[in-house]
Amino acid sequence: MSLSPLRRFLPWLAPAIFLGLFFFYPLARILAYGFDLSFLSASSAVLPRALVVLRFTFYQAALSTLLTLLAGLPLAYLFARFDFPSKTIFRALTAVPFMLPTVVVAASFSALLGPRGWVNLVLMALLRLDHPPLVFVGTLWAILAAHVFYNATIVIRIVGNAWATLDVRLSDAARSLGASPFQTLLHVTLPLLRPSIFAASLLVFLFDFTSYGVILLLGGPRFATLEVEIYIQALQMLNLSAASLLSVVQLLCTLGFSVIYGRYIARVTSVVKPRAAWLNIQKPRGRRQTGFVAGLLFFMILFFGLPLLALPLRSVSYLEADRADTSQSGPGLTLAYYSELFINRRSSLFYVPPFLAARNSLAYAALTVCLSLALGFPAASALARPGKLEKWIDPLLMLPLGASSVTLGLGYILTFNRPLLPGWLPDSSTLLTSPLLVPLAHTTIALPFVIRSLQSALAQIPNRYREAAAVLGASRWQIWKNVDWPIISRAVVSAGAFAFTVSLGEFGAASLLARPDYPTLPTAIYRFLSQPGGMNYGQAMAMATILMLVCGLGILLIERLRLPGTGEF
Amino acid sequence: MKRILFALVLFSLCLSACGSVAVNQTQADTPLPSDVPPTPFAPVAGSAPRALTVMTHDSFSASDGVIQEFEQANNVKITFLKSGDAGAALNKAIISKDAPLADVFYGVDNTFLTRALDAGIFESYASPLIDRIPDEFKLDLKNRAIPVDYGDVCINYSKAFFAKNDLPVPASLDDLIKPEYNGMLVVENPATSSPGLAFLLATIQKYGDPGYLDYWKSLRANGVVVVDGWETAYYTNFSASSGHGPQPMVVSYSSSPAAEVAFSTTPMDDSPTGTVNAPGTCFRQVEFVGILAGTKNRDLAEKFVDFMLDVPFQEGMPLNMFVYPVNPQAALPDVFTKYAQPSVQPASAPADLSTKRDSWIEAWTQTVLR
Repeated sequence: MSLSPLRRFLPWLAPAIFLGLFFFYPLARILAYGFDLSFLSASSAVLPRALVVLRFTFYQAALSTLLTLLAGLPLAYLFARFDFPSKTIFRALTAVPFMLPTVVVAASFSALLGPRGWVNLVLMALLRLDHPPLVFVGTLWAILAAHVFYNATIVIRIVGNAWATLDVRLSDAARSLGASPFQTLLHVTLPLLRPSIFAASLLVFLFDFTSYGVILLLGGPRFATLEVEIYIQALQMLNLSAASLLSVVQLLCTLGFSVIYGRYIARVTSVVKPRAAWLNIQKPRGRRQTGFVAGLLFFMILFFGLPLLALPLRSVSYLEADRADTSQSGPGLTLAYYSELFINRRSSLFYVPPFLAARNSLAYAALTVCLSLALGFPAASALARPGKLEKWIDPLLMLPLGASSVTLGLGYILTFNRPLLPGWLPDSSTLLTSPLLVPLAHTTIALPFVIRSLQSALAQIPNRYREAAAVLGASRWQIWKNVDWPIISRAVVSAGAFAFTVSLGEFGAASLLARPDYPTLPTAIYRFLSQPGGMNYGQAMAMATILMLVCGLGILLIERLRLPGTGEF
Repeated sequence: MKRILFALVLFSLCLSACGSVAVNQTQADTPLPSDVPPTPFAPVAGSAPRALTVMTHDSFSASDGVIQEFEQANNVKITFLKSGDAGAALNKAIISKDAPLADVFYGVDNTFLTRALDAGIFESYASPLIDRIPDEFKLDLKNRAIPVDYGDVCINYSKAFFAKNDLPVPASLDDLIKPEYNGMLVVENPATSSPGLAFLLATIQKYGDPGYLDYWKSLRANGVVVVDGWETAYYTNFSASSGHGPQPMVVSYSSSPAAEVAFSTTPMDDSPTGTVNAPGTCFRQVEFVGILAGTKNRDLAEKFVDFMLDVPFQEGMPLNMFVYPVNPQAALPDVFTKYAQPSVQPASAPADLSTKRDSWIEAWTQTVLR
């Protein structure tokens, strides 16, 4: 199908305007504001330091991505090929970490693996030790584990979707021709899954590459990524030129990875006839398969379930400070932290009722889902049949993931502190103070996810199907509805779930704006954690539990939507 | 199938509608600083209220009633722009100074003060109430930055731990490098945390430059634990907080023991934590307010600054933000007088802070972390 240049550009119109306005323009403004090459000669200490930081950033991201694939691929296989009890719940379990604020994840990891964590307490009691044997927080392992914990869901969803519609008869044929299971995996399955594995790896890698909260909170001050260094330079040293320079380095790296990905992906994408997912699914048969499924379920409960369980447990136990007189309050259960959430005891101007916070969070998330799907769909469709234009645009689309949120936040301040369209809108109504800016900022981050998950699904639709339908007299709309949609509906659900979690988790972008008080669940958690006292800590844990529940239920709901056609494919 | 598709579209429309309704509602809760056209049912007797915007950091808090009183008395609606932590908020005020986002900025402290003054973001204002404030807090003689409150960054300790182990509480910075306190102190990274920087400055005041680096070498040898920020230090590492961490001493505030009582789960008659308040062990942070240059509401901004310095607002600050009021006429709440120990001769900002700040942090990083 050859399209006129205008037709080619049309699907890009909305995403281009959106990203141009809310990503590239503010970014360019702040980089132009801060970029100052004269500073390079003045303090040459920054550059060698930047190289050291860059090396570690790359190293930990590569290692984290490998480990995430190692954990995610078997799980993707599990969800794609097997039917087992509570499947949707397990899938939601792996997705919840993705949106938890880092402070909360750090707290639950410490509760589990910290010096006074359950694991160490048990080991100390068992081995009769005076000191905790396991050192976890403050090590590279903590960073890697947290990255896997956060990002495994990306692999599970993107690769899992591709795996689900990959015809199981292909590997069955290989097996019947005498190939071992390993040979089949290596020569049949993995090559066919390469596009989705690459797409997932790129997303995971970029997420780890720009990691910031995990490094600071779980790795500790001895580790620094580029993003951490940007944060320190921009917001603590107030050295915008150093921050801009580092941001440019980070952006160039992101662009580089995306270009490499783009060149490679075209070579490895092969179109095979997709098969309805339910035809490929079976209950585990035989001892080996049952063992495989049971083992992975156990792993998920251990790795995703236990840290998540720490939060609700803490939110209902007395979290009293360690008093001299401990006889007064032993350990026990309480709902005090939840009931306290509903009381504005100090009649504070900034009191956050939990329902309001949940409602704001959900409203932002709903807007983000709609907006990012509406913008991502045309873009992904165009990318799935790339022309010259797409080759240029493709790598640029990943940049929002590689842009420092600190820098972008400052760019928003610089750009949107004036009326956007003078004369069109009332003079003092700047977008910056509008609550709408929050879902807009979330959408810039969600968009790369949405586009990548949709694109790898769309790319696998054999064009013959569309041509056959066209020959039979189907209109463009009918082709889309009856050919494209049934095959990609699963990916749309995934993309929506990604956008939902990105928005619920805030990812720092919102807190970097300057805005009137529209509290969300994560901002409420941070507010409680910023003051001492058992009640504050308990309420933070209670609020985090509510956030977890809201997210888990939201994902279950999205997956249950029963999109038309999902049954067929 | 068409019907289901329709239902889907309808659902997403509903979602977005819910979204905008919710957003509109919150908008009604805290109106934007836009010139909202006066509705015929507005409860205001005369004209529509004017708008005043106050930019501040995320820790800012105040009582509803006190702010409402000011709003009613002056027929004004205040919007507070929360703009991140202290450093982030100041940076945002600086980069938006050509088209200021707000009329008033509150929350720059004495460690960042020269940045704000050098950037010229404030207009000077000699408030009639400034005479009531002790001179020690007035760090800008041109009255561009006006002191509002202060807090002392001090080492907090677990009373239970020191009682149980029969160990004396350290009485000076020198004590902290003694072997009996090995591995017992957690501090914040001065590059990412404001109490962390404050504690570093206290050691610089005590040991001088470069003497402080030797002190930190000894602290490092004695097992000092460094974390990124106050939340981690206090809730994950400190043993007397609800996190029950491994270190019995933490760099926090002299008001933290009072907060432990005020925010306890069950009523307490004594704080589980105490403060090391010996001379020179604490650092005094002073927070300032200023009128942003280029404001179109100078008269209201002046009134708001006066209001912040006056007794009702000053008396609300301790329990809202756990800081001390600078106005000596403001009475402290009971929980402060009973459980917070004021520090003795706290360190103040070194004179060459503005020029040396970055190099001190860099040298500290090389000494303690690398």
